[in-house]
Amino acid sequence: MSSPERTWKTIESGPHTYEEALHPVVRKNYGKWKYHEIPKPGVLKHVAESGDAIYTVRAGTPRQDTVDMVRTLCDIADKYTDGHLRFTVRNNVEFITPNQENVEPMISELESLGFPVGGTGMCVSSVAHTQGWLHCDIPATDASGVVKSMMDTVYKEFKDMQMPNKVRLSTSCCAINCGGQADIAVVVKHTRPPRINHDHLSKICELPKAVARCPVAAIRPTVVDGKKSLMVDESKCICCGACFGACPAMEINHPEHSKFAIWVGGKNSNARTKPSTMSIVAHNLPNNPPRWPEVTEALGRILTAYKEGGRPWERVGEWINRIGWKRFFEETGLVFDEDMIDSYRHARTTFNQSAHVRF
Amino acid sequence: MDSTKEGASKAACGCNGCAPEENGRFLNATPMLNELESGPWPSFVSGFKEMAERTKKPMLRGVLDQLEYSYKTRMGYWKGGLVTVEGYGAGIITRYSMIKDKFPEAAEFHTMRIQPPPGLHYNTAMLRELCDIWEKYGSGIITLHGQTGDIMLQGIEQDKVQECFDELNQKGWDLGGAGAGMRTGVSCIGPGRCENACYDNLKLHFKALKHFSGQVHRPEWNYKIKFKFSGCPNDCTNAIMRSDLAVIGTWKDAIQIDRDEVRAWIDERGIDTLVNQVISNCPTGAISLKDGEMEIESRDCVRCMHCLNVMPKALSKGEERGISLLMGGKNTLKVGVNMGSLIVPYMKMETDEDIEEFLELIEEIIDWWDDNGLDHERIGETIERVGLKQFIEGVGLEADINMVSRPRDNPYFKAKY
Repeated sequence: MSSPERTWKTIESGPHTYEEALHPVVRKNYGKWKYHEIPKPGVLKHVAESGDAIYTVRAGTPRQDTVDMVRTLCDIADKYTDGHLRFTVRNNVEFITPNQENVEPMISELESLGFPVGGTGMCVSSVAHTQGWLHCDIPATDASGVVKSMMDTVYKEFKDMQMPNKVRLSTSCCAINCGGQADIAVVVKHTRPPRINHDHLSKICELPKAVARCPVAAIRPTVVDGKKSLMVDESKCICCGACFGACPAMEINHPEHSKFAIWVGGKNSNARTKPSTMSIVAHNLPNNPPRWPEVTEALGRILTAYKEGGRPWERVGEWINRIGWKRFFEETGLVFDEDMIDSYRHARTTFNQSAHVRF
Repeated sequence: MDSTKEGASKAACGCNGCAPEENGRFLNATPMLNELESGPWPSFVSGFKEMAERTKKPMLRGVLDQLEYSYKTRMGYWKGGLVTVEGYGAGIITRYSMIKDKFPEAAEFHTMRIQPPPGLHYNTAMLRELCDIWEKYGSGIITLHGQTGDIMLQGIEQDKVQECFDELNQKGWDLGGAGAGMRTGVSCIGPGRCENACYDNLKLHFKALKHFSGQVHRPEWNYKIKFKFSGCPNDCTNAIMRSDLAVIGTWKDAIQIDRDEVRAWIDERGIDTLVNQVISNCPTGAISLKDGEMEIESRDCVRCMHCLNVMPKALSKGEERGISLLMGGKNTLKVGVNMGSLIVPYMKMETDEDIEEFLELIEEIIDWWDDNGLDHERIGETIERVGLKQFIEGVGLEADINMVSRPRDNPYFKAKY
């Protein structure tokens, strides 16, 4: 692979240096910030102990960017923020400047280039998401397309700050859920055990690894047509897809049977309530490219009910804890069913161990 | 796979053999993907298509064709492999097309994971340099950023990987983690802008990932391990859930109150708002009104950040700052989602000695995990299986009531007495 004329000796430098990336006013006031305000959606004002103020303009990006797009963002940074920019963990780009007079022209230019300015305060922020069909080796769907479809429908909510609190979204293309816990998450749910490709299996898989990967011991060695292979006890299988990651011959993905589920109430922040994990509120939604209308429709129902009923600062999960799951299902029109009762490890921690009842 | 759809796709887009340039356009038809070009949110499809028409890179055409085919057949078509650079065992995510006969232009589509500067702070010189090198060797597709925290340079052929890496490396860029090793870190904006940053997370991130550089590039453990560095308990990097080693800023002393700003806040919004949005939301009832003044009982405060978030001008973090270390965060597979739990309630994080002490502890922790973990077992799973008590004994930590939400509710244990 390495060409014989290679002259460079690798420097294992780790993360790229960051000091030169910070705006001089940021460097001057590093670690000495006093407070911040949100003068309008998409704009932050941070004031330092020194009295210096900096303005941040935040805009959404597709995340799957190109060198052309990055150069365009660089042009904006060169023009308005002395060549400095950064990104948020939710794929938004931020331009930071001490010059207040640059804020409005920057907003106009970003908007005219198609980058929506917003993503601040009580908004629906952009989606933490995964690779999908574009690049992943185990996806059942295409995250980028689902995200584009979702963000088109919540474009206004991204640009406004009209929600009870911030809403963080995620999508994932398999049950590993790389998109992560979120207020509302759209995650692939396999509904059938894997089909086993016996022709490939013994050639491409380490059998014990695939057996060990199963969380419910449903995979057993077997012999098919004289070749070593595996079998799945379908009554035990929980359709998690863990075996597929270890052995691509355990074909869990299916054009019809890999569906979507919707989850709500995840929260990573410690503010008010402790961080919380998500609960499933809809499943068996079709994986329906290119626009996934069933998924965006369910997202809309949840957001509408939350926007109407949530109190200031309540995240989605906190709102549900107050009004109760019964009302959540009534107000969103989603339907609770027996499969939403946990049957896995720690299931009893989700049972109602009290006489608290909602009628 | 649906063979009738395969046929239809060939006929419709004219790929595989016909010459699309003849009709004046470089790209083949992608009717399903084109549906993602309408609507107000910026479209990745438009971005890819525009760049493909400008650069005429066949790989981009092949990738769009294969993606269109995935949309039609609702299946993915990439498989992994073992591409890497000299001396490294990780950092390139290898992708070969499973249907390269159909889409030969996308036969190889490897990704280079690149470690960004902590806090994702850039200047345009850095980014332009990166873009120029990437356009020279690769497809030009960049993900900012992947869920592990890397810059993802997506789409390069194996025989160009080493040269591309060498050129990037000379400009200060290095590969990120993959596989069963230390992964790329993530930091929030930290002291670079946020008044809530309780420690210099950018510096700690930089030093920690440099320290573990060998294990980033040459995976040698049972499974992956990830750091995330959040400046305060708002945890904007989602460290508690997304990382095995969640380093979250905190403080020990009292929240600082600016009385004049509290009064100004109440004057503007009314006392009802203070009661309903601040006092009632305090998780431990630590806030009360005394003769019209807001009082915070520090011994009851758990540093949740809510009141600071609502009243950023009036309230600020305490002065005795440091970090909490939480461990074991991971997502669903296989035992179910696990939030990180508190292991070290407080450590100072001001000097280089503090950082060294922290890294020594992390070394101990990883050694314990390396000795006790099973294949494909994240450290949180190992701790749960082996026992938190055994873990803290193993790494030399003292039991602390902050490690649990309450003492055990069953009597089944053997004590040393």
